[in-house]
Amino acid sequence: MRDVAIIGVKNTKFGELWDRSFRDVVVEAGVGAVSDAGVVGEKIDAMFVGNMSGGQFVEQEHIGALIADYSGLAKDIHVPSTRVEAACASGGLALRQGIYSVASGMDDIVIAAGAEKMTDVPSPKASSALAAAADREWEGIMGATFPGLYAMIARMHMHKYGTTSEQLAQVAVKNHQNGQHNPIAQYKSPITVESVLKSIMVADPLHIFDCSPITDGASAVVLAPADVAHEYTDTPIYVKATAQASDTIALHDRRDITTLDASVAAGKRAYEMAKMQPKDINLVEVHDCFTIAEICAIEDLGFAKKGEGGIVTQNGETAIGGRIPVNTSGGLKSCGHPVGATGVKQAVEIVEQLRGEAGKRQVDGAEVGMTHNVGGSGATAVVHIFSRNR
Amino acid sequence: MSVPRFWRKQIARYNLVGTHCKKCDDYFYPPRNMCPACRREGEIEDYKFSGKGEVVTFTVIHTAAEGFENQTPYVLGIIKLEEGPSLTSQIICDAKDVKIGMKVKPVFRKLGQAGERGMIYYGTKFVPELEVADKC
Ligand SMILES: [Zn+2]
Repeated sequence: MRDVAIIGVKNTKFGELWDRSFRDVVVEAGVGAVSDAGVVGEKIDAMFVGNMSGGQFVEQEHIGALIADYSGLAKDIHVPSTRVEAACASGGLALRQGIYSVASGMDDIVIAAGAEKMTDVPSPKASSALAAAADREWEGIMGATFPGLYAMIARMHMHKYGTTSEQLAQVAVKNHQNGQHNPIAQYKSPITVESVLKSIMVADPLHIFDCSPITDGASAVVLAPADVAHEYTDTPIYVKATAQASDTIALHDRRDITTLDASVAAGKRAYEMAKMQPKDINLVEVHDCFTIAEICAIEDLGFAKKGEGGIVTQNGETAIGGRIPVNTSGGLKSCGHPVGATGVKQAVEIVEQLRGEAGKRQVDGAEVGMTHNVGGSGATAVVHIFSRNR
Repeated sequence: MSVPRFWRKQIARYNLVGTHCKKCDDYFYPPRNMCPACRREGEIEDYKFSGKGEVVTFTVIHTAAEGFENQTPYVLGIIKLEEGPSLTSQIICDAKDVKIGMKVKPVFRKLGQAGERGMIYYGTKFVPELEVADKC
């Protein structure tokens, strides 16, 4: 296997992009990442596009070919392009497939992208599309929604560990605090614990401000063999680990409702591959589709003891400047969550941080960063570790 | 959900019929054709659950799933059956009365309808064991 580096990155603006189509946003991200890397089209060997539900959100399948076409990579040069799907972990998994293809030696320059256009359908339709990431026949049919599933995780976490609604709210407050300094973020206004607790209840105990929004957006990175990365950029960021794990599709079949075993397994595999431990990680982008998800994630990845995710958040340990900054980008909560794009966007944030280009969000001395992308209520988890040093 | 997709598992939904692995003595609901523990080595048979169970965790849904809009707020829970497996179901009771660990029993109820004139889906919901189910 060859070492792999990221040589170019680009996020589009995340938000309600009414005036732009699915293909517009993906092309912007792809072209942006390719320009950032300084590569020409003819050099690109392959492309992987993470997309959860084009068929439901924009009634378009065959996303791989569509994007290759509109990126100018289909005509004449016929670059192979593959769509990758793993619900909200589609982006992270597309990145992982891209890393595989370069690491294997089959391809040299590869684009990994992720995209979703969610606001072209009314929000009940969007919620229904998202519910397809859970078990439609045995959860959805009973009236389960995504917030409902995570609410049941939250309820159990509160019951078992004494986690409070205020602690959940503090996750949202911190992520909005970080997101206001991110130019691509959907929501740039700070919020308070009080405003979270006063916002309407979606699925008890989760309020609407505990939930990530419906978002349009796309992200892309360009990958290259580490040996040649310096030919393209002065600041290649090296892939130290890529790991993935699966768990039961339905929440009710889990060993422990408050632990996402797929996150634990993917995290463990990533630490082993990178020969690192949680203490070696300087910052992490975790999958905070709901506030409780961030609390579980920092526990599952070893940044907090089981049951202490709420307390650790309350103490400010996960803020920028804290022991382990979590979601410096603003996370899914403030940045927005275009489901297929999220896993790639997390990598873009880590690359910007490790390059020292994160502006007011910059974590001082960031050398090693992690991303954690979850599909469904935890049936897929994808974890990556990136470093400034090879 | 499409009619054939629902119809195939109708017996399981109506009667709380799942499966049992004879080899490792594990019970499954929803039914599984392959035991996740012994995989191809296992021996699977149908099994009708007693329906006795308790609430593992729950939520009160205020923003409904598509098709459940006129039911809000409704209580959704994970129920652990006495034989071992857990399932997701609605719990019919006052939202303020539901508690983790509460004992429940099954009732046959309408789950939903495919569109305004479509097929009505029936299945199992749960009620508190001590309450008179009729008043729900
Ligand atoms: Zn078995």
